[in-house]
Amino acid sequence: MDIENWLRVTPQGLCCVPGGFHIDPWQPVARAVVTHGHSDHARAGHAAVLATPPTLAIMAARGAAPERGQGLDYGRSVRIGDVSVRLAPAGHVLGSAQVVLEYEGTRAVVSGDYKRRPDPTCLPFEPVPCDLFVTEATFGLPVFRHPDDADEIARLLHSVALFPERCHLVGVYALGKCQRVIRLLRAAGYDQPIYVHGGLVEMCRLYEEWGVALGELRLATGPSADELKGQIVLAPPSALADRWARRLPDPVTALASGWMRVRLRARQRGVELPLVISDHADWDELCRTIDEVGAPELWVTHGNEDALVHVAGQKGIAARALYLEGYEEEEAA
Amino acid sequence: MMAFARLLDSLVYTGGRNAKLRLMADYFTHAPDPDRGYALAALTGGLDFPNAKPALIRDLAARRVDPVLFAMSYDYVGDLAETVALIWPERPQPAAHVPELGEIVEALRLTPKDGVAGLLEGWLDSLDATGRWALLKLITGGLRVGVSARLAKTAVAEWGGRDAAEIEEVWHGLKPPYAGLFAWAEGLADRPAVEDGATFRPFMLATPLEERDLAGLDPADFAAEWKWDGIRVQVAARGGTRRLFARSGDDVGGAFPDILEAATFDAVIDGELLVVAPDGEPASFNHLQQRLNRKTVTPKMLRDYPAHVRVYDMLFCEGEDLRPLPFAERRARLERWFARPRPRLDLSPLLPFESWDQLAALRDAARQNGIEGLMLKRKDSPYLSGRPKGPWFKWKRDALTVDAVLMYAQRGHGKRSSYYSDYTFGAWSGGALVPVGKAYFGFTDEELLQIDRWVRANTVNRFGPVREVRPGLVFEVAFDSVHASGRHKSGVALRFPRIARIRWDKPAAEADRLEALEALIS
Repeated sequence: MDIENWLRVTPQGLCCVPGGFHIDPWQPVARAVVTHGHSDHARAGHAAVLATPPTLAIMAARGAAPERGQGLDYGRSVRIGDVSVRLAPAGHVLGSAQVVLEYEGTRAVVSGDYKRRPDPTCLPFEPVPCDLFVTEATFGLPVFRHPDDADEIARLLHSVALFPERCHLVGVYALGKCQRVIRLLRAAGYDQPIYVHGGLVEMCRLYEEWGVALGELRLATGPSADELKGQIVLAPPSALADRWARRLPDPVTALASGWMRVRLRARQRGVELPLVISDHADWDELCRTIDEVGAPELWVTHGNEDALVHVAGQKGIAARALYLEGYEEEEAA
Repeated sequence: MMAFARLLDSLVYTGGRNAKLRLMADYFTHAPDPDRGYALAALTGGLDFPNAKPALIRDLAARRVDPVLFAMSYDYVGDLAETVALIWPERPQPAAHVPELGEIVEALRLTPKDGVAGLLEGWLDSLDATGRWALLKLITGGLRVGVSARLAKTAVAEWGGRDAAEIEEVWHGLKPPYAGLFAWAEGLADRPAVEDGATFRPFMLATPLEERDLAGLDPADFAAEWKWDGIRVQVAARGGTRRLFARSGDDVGGAFPDILEAATFDAVIDGELLVVAPDGEPASFNHLQQRLNRKTVTPKMLRDYPAHVRVYDMLFCEGEDLRPLPFAERRARLERWFARPRPRLDLSPLLPFESWDQLAALRDAARQNGIEGLMLKRKDSPYLSGRPKGPWFKWKRDALTVDAVLMYAQRGHGKRSSYYSDYTFGAWSGGALVPVGKAYFGFTDEELLQIDRWVRANTVNRFGPVREVRPGLVFEVAFDSVHASGRHKSGVALRFPRIARIRWDKPAAEADRLEALEALIS
């Protein structure tokens, strides 16, 4: 049976017709399966949401709790109508999941956002063999190849040592990137208190509750400029060039994002220390994942779809771009 | 190579001068010879690899990468060297040997043209993305990492606890990889000796005169002369070598063969490079610009824009160092030297005066071409390098001003990175504004805060770090002169524009028109 007869794009987003639910819909719906807690995937206003327990907790903390939330642990299946639904780890952020759908002997996997690198704050991506793989393509160009994140953290620490009278202001997305950067700093032996912008506190607290220890964090808004010299301050990317940053002592502005790989983009952001640390799959990981899941059919969403469709075509995969509106490329990458 | 690549990568993103100096010092500390010497050569524009061309890089990439993917990527990244650096297939295992900078430079110099591609391919395979990017920038010339030759030399000097002037003095006698220079900077050897007499000597520079300074100064202690509006140069000729240096220490002789041809003497003189009109008087600065930054000069240019040096001072004469002598004595020597005819040179005249008021009147009356203001020089001062405060003052004539409208504001760097501190302003032409210049100083920190607030509240469009604002804020912009310019849409270019006042009170519609600036073109 053609998959398009039961999985299709509707104005609300990707819809599983026989199950009567949407996946990561960008408008309020009666029943949604949500892959992870980033706000462009986990919107507010749904009546019922199926997601992993951490994702439901993240939605609640961000004011996007549905009327009814149903937690589903990784690896367990539920039946919704005639469709079997299972969640598999996506390795993107805490609680992130791929949605594995089975209907009349056909299996489709909607990956949500994912990466293949080890991340100390979430479970690794699990490749699930399937008939249709719906992949993201945020970094779907071969120029995007993320370096080893430990090397990027080493560059940050080298700069901290070189400029002890300045503070290092690192732009990190509040959910995922922030906690991963903290864990990477800890793994590199950095045991100083890490200062955080008020907008990051809630998610850090939530990660700790789910067992991700972050070490000593301090609010960056209290201490004097003098106290912040030589320190690392984390803030949401939007705060980097904001008036908020003015009280910091001559900050070296850094930004942790996969986009930092391209100089023009880093310079547009006025960044002095671009750190290529991403929670999305890079080009090599996208290609490798397509091979591993072995799906004869591939749908490519949000990002640079064309290059991945081109490569899949060369591999004999029936690939097409699924131009889903409403997902954002910025910041979270 | 990786350390050098990381240095370039950091320099590209770093705005502040001090931070750049720190990054370079850190590199010089950790990089061995000859790598750091070749790095200095690269930063000062002293490396050239005629056998490596951008087309070569494109060909190499085409052999390794799917053309469709390459085209999509190039389209996205926008820079060939960077696209190739990022897209180059990475080896699964780390390379057994990563080439060092010195190895690369020396191999490129020795390898004939048809061997370069193979070399490059091997290096690209063994470097990471940052290393590949740096390699491609290095061989295609023009690092463009925001470091001038002067700043790179200053970095070596400060790192070694030396004076930058000491490096400038010997620089033209040195060759990459500068092992002797680094040994001296580290205190392991004497300063490299200069065998060639026609070397650069650091200029003596003046500080701006505040009019309140005059009360404490005795007119009898000073000599006065015009401050000519050209390019300050040094003509050095000795032992058959002739050179023309700009203030940066760069040799600009290639663009001025007429001056070099006339330098048949054995001396080092300091003067102002001008283009003169048929009557022998300086032509506008614009005419001089026709001659600048050229590798070759046509006979027509030599005829239409004849170059000339108006001499201020004499540093060496027939091997004798005159710099320790007082100004008055050097001047007397210079005047005697001019007893013989000196083609293409003349003496900048001293201006007789008895009182500061008399001098001020002279300065106010001077509006002709080629005069920027006055120079005051203490008669008893030796010729010192750098900008000592006290012996020499520049007393510029009052600036011209225009009321212009803020059009675009761009975020600054470093301490100013959260502020919109770089302003493009325009004048009215017909019913629209045309940009006439850019300024980023002349206001206080408090005013910067106010302008920043205004920019944020009046933004109509955003382009990356730039905001377009509605026409509503008028700056009184001061500048030294206006010149016709084919490169600017407005057709005019301002010299040394700076914000003189912020006219919060003035409606944008009442700002000046472009015609007002055109009338001031000199």
